[in-house]
Amino acid sequence: MDWGYSINQPRAVNLDKNDLGVAEKLLRRMPLLQACIGCGSCTATCTAGGFTSFNFRKVQTLVRRGEYQGAYEEMSKCMLCGKCRLACPRGINTRAVVMMIKKELAKQ
Amino acid sequence: MNKKVVVIGGGVAGMQTALTLSELGLTPVIIEKEASTGGKLCKWHKLFPTLTPASEVLDGLRRRVSEAGIEVMTGRTVGRITDSGVELEDGTALACDATAVCTGFDIFDATLKEEYGYGMYDNVFTTVDLEEMFNRGEVRMVNGEKPRRVAFLHCVGSRDEKVNQRHCSRVCCITGVKQAMEVKQMIPDAEVFNFYMDMRMFGPGYEEMYRQAQYEYNIQFIRGRISEASQTIDRRVQIKAEDTLVGRPLKMTVDMLVLIVGMKAGASNERLGGCCGVDLYPSGFVRPADQFLRNVCSGSERVFYAGTVSAPKNVGESINEGIAAAYKISRYLNR
Ligand SMILES: Cc1cc2nc3c(=O)[nH]c(=O)nc-3n(C[C@H](O)[C@H](O)[C@H](O)COP(=O)(O)OP(=O)(O)OC[C@H]3O[C@@H](n4cnc5c(N)ncnc54)[C@H](O)[C@@H]3O)c2cc1C
Ligand code: SF4
Ligand code: SF4
Ligand code: SF4
Repeated sequence: MDWGYSINQPRAVNLDKNDLGVAEKLLRRMPLLQACIGCGSCTATCTAGGFTSFNFRKVQTLVRRGEYQGAYEEMSKCMLCGKCRLACPRGINTRAVVMMIKKELAKQ
Repeated sequence: MNKKVVVIGGGVAGMQTALTLSELGLTPVIIEKEASTGGKLCKWHKLFPTLTPASEVLDGLRRRVSEAGIEVMTGRTVGRITDSGVELEDGTALACDATAVCTGFDIFDATLKEEYGYGMYDNVFTTVDLEEMFNRGEVRMVNGEKPRRVAFLHCVGSRDEKVNQRHCSRVCCITGVKQAMEVKQMIPDAEVFNFYMDMRMFGPGYEEMYRQAQYEYNIQFIRGRISEASQTIDRRVQIKAEDTLVGRPLKMTVDMLVLIVGMKAGASNERLGGCCGVDLYPSGFVRPADQFLRNVCSGSERVFYAGTVSAPKNVGESINEGIAAAYKISRYLNR
């Protein structure tokens, strides 16, 4: 039956349901990522982000919330230039975070 | 009784410490390395959150110091604290019964953040430069024109591993808000933007001032840290940030970029630290004997602290510590 509307996938980041396994593994290997203050310096300076919709800050934050869908593809847009690492006020090795996320999610 | 107390530093904290000591019947001597007392307030125009002229606060303190007949030695720098007093840089030893360290803070050197071009690009300034412009009565670009578009950047030299300054300087968020409003007052048709990561409005009336800046002054607050600045052909400043609330990179050209510089530990801390109970935090600020009950005490029973020597503080807090330190000193000397 056509009701004239459909039901969307729920949009909430559901921390009751999300599996944080990959996120926890990532943070064990790179504890400093927990110190991110979401300032966006990485995204502002990002070579890839200037041309595509790639947003390093957003994608790594989503991964830390257990939202893995599409993250591997997004991180693949990174050119590994390392500029973000120079900008980060928390001293996070952001480029290594890209590599780790890709590695962990490739296994999935 | 006539016990002598050396007060190192004649900023607001040092002056208040000396005044209260004198009221309590002790004999303070202020030693100040600059040619006059006042510390940083000599540079500030109007103080947040009430916009009271800094000179009003200083004039009051200086007048009372002079009326109380307190000895003030200016142009002299303390190089060392000893078991019996202090030693000046020129080698003179001064004996005293107790010492109050009120040496304050240093302003972060913005040239260290090369990506913002301070000292390289024409129209990149600091909040300290802006106070100087307010004192002169006009805000101008290097070419003498009124700026039409001004961006402030919070947390320059604070909360930043890259320059080894992990702490938050506390007073700079409200300084940024105050100065944004003052620019708008002087140049009503200017567009003003504040780039911030967190707005830390810790004092009474501060959050109210932030709200006023938003809805009465149309100052635009953009949540994102500027990653770099560059100079355009017409000597304006192009900046890049992420508008993190939108999740997209942002760039814009402004006539003036103002770096909201932080408070770093005073250079004196390093020199005075390491002996006579003066212990330093990793940030370089002095560490009080106890953060709750003995905020103005050092590890030595005869050395005390007041003001920003121990952490970033506003004027009121620094002055209150002067009163507290003087009281503790009198308890120690009259024990
Ligand atoms: C840009 C900016 C704007 C600000 N605006 C405001 C405001 O509007 N309202 C507000 O409440 N607060 C404001 N503050 C904070 C305010 O400046 C401080 O709270 C205040 O200056 C602290 O006083 P102090 O006496 O502890 O230190 P200081 O002002 O730093 O004074 C210390 C004194 O000690 C002297 N000294 C240092 N070492 C030695 C030595 N070895 N021997 C002899 N003398 C020495 C120095 O020369 C100086 O005179 C602002 C801060 C900044 C950075
Ligand atoms: S620059 Fe560093 S602290 Fe800022 S959002 Fe990126 S990873 Fe987080
Ligand atoms: S390393 Fe990747 S994420 Fe970082 S700035 Fe370069 S392209 Fe962007
Ligand atoms: S008070 Fe504001 S501008 Fe200053 S360091 Fe703290 S967060 Fe940054």
